[in-house]
Amino acid sequence: MPSNEEPWLDNAAGPVVRPYALTRGRTRHSGEAFDLVATVIATRALVADPGVLAPEHISVLQFAQTPTTVVDIASDVDLPLGVVRILLADLRELGLVSIQAPVSTRAQLVDKNTLREVLHGLRGL
Amino acid sequence: MAYGAYEAAGVTQRRHRAIKILLAGGFGVGKTTLVGAVSEIRPLRTEEQLTETSAHVDSTVGVERKTTTTVAMDFGRITLREDLVLYLFGTPGQQRFWFMWDELSLGALGAVVLADTRRLADCFPAIDYFERREIPFIVALNVFEGSRQYTIEDVRVALDLDPKLPIILCDARSRESAKDVLITLIEHVLSVADEPVAR
Repeated sequence: MPSNEEPWLDNAAGPVVRPYALTRGRTRHSGEAFDLVATVIATRALVADPGVLAPEHISVLQFAQTPTTVVDIASDVDLPLGVVRILLADLRELGLVSIQAPVSTRAQLVDKNTLREVLHGLRGL
Repeated sequence: MAYGAYEAAGVTQRRHRAIKILLAGGFGVGKTTLVGAVSEIRPLRTEEQLTETSAHVDSTVGVERKTTTTVAMDFGRITLREDLVLYLFGTPGQQRFWFMWDELSLGALGAVVLADTRRLADCFPAIDYFERREIPFIVALNVFEGSRQYTIEDVRVALDLDPKLPIILCDARSRESAKDVLITLIEHVLSVADEPVAR
């Protein structure tokens, strides 16, 4: 039996709760993939069993009360992006958020008026 | 503002346009400084599994030992209008971070390769990456004090870049200079969009 004097956890052991413990070990989310700048909006639906939600789900949901993006949420809740994606996919599965693909801004597809608007906006900063 | 507060209930709303711009460059080249100079910089972490193979090997003992790494990304946003927001993402240019680049570059409008003339080779992988994926980019040379001044043409030759590709000098600490970098990129994207499609 190891000595009781030795602490089990030290700095080298890393955080006590690894981020993916919040996702019960899942590293990939369910359902359709979504972009980093996809818009997330809470649907205000009621959840049948609030017990399925972790506190982190509720934090994410609070930030989605007004339309916001996946990255903005990750930054606001201060959880790694990969974890936030999984939490968002859970919420989507429960019908609590909708996630809309961004308007395409790939260079080949973006409309020039948008680009001119961006230029105008940048010059005016 | 009331935007979205009640409209989320189902009323059609004007789509939020999020423009993604990438900022690539070697370690210590000034990415964080540049993002901070021109935008509201925000914390963003990714925690990613780096090796899947080790997980398979170790799973036989029942305790998975996955190699994860926390990578802090430079993430900034510039709200140009209520429905038009620029998102800047800066991540390290080394190949081992490309799992992030692949995700970030999806739907990206364009990229800035930030270079330090003392370590020009650090930006080769990023240039190669954007060329292969046909993502329009420009090169911005962050001018460090004490670095020998090379001409833009020296750099163009050293990096083997197309004569039409913009290369500009910048001071990543200066807001005006960082703005010019972004403006140069957008102008380049516009000029690329004007070109007739080859083939």
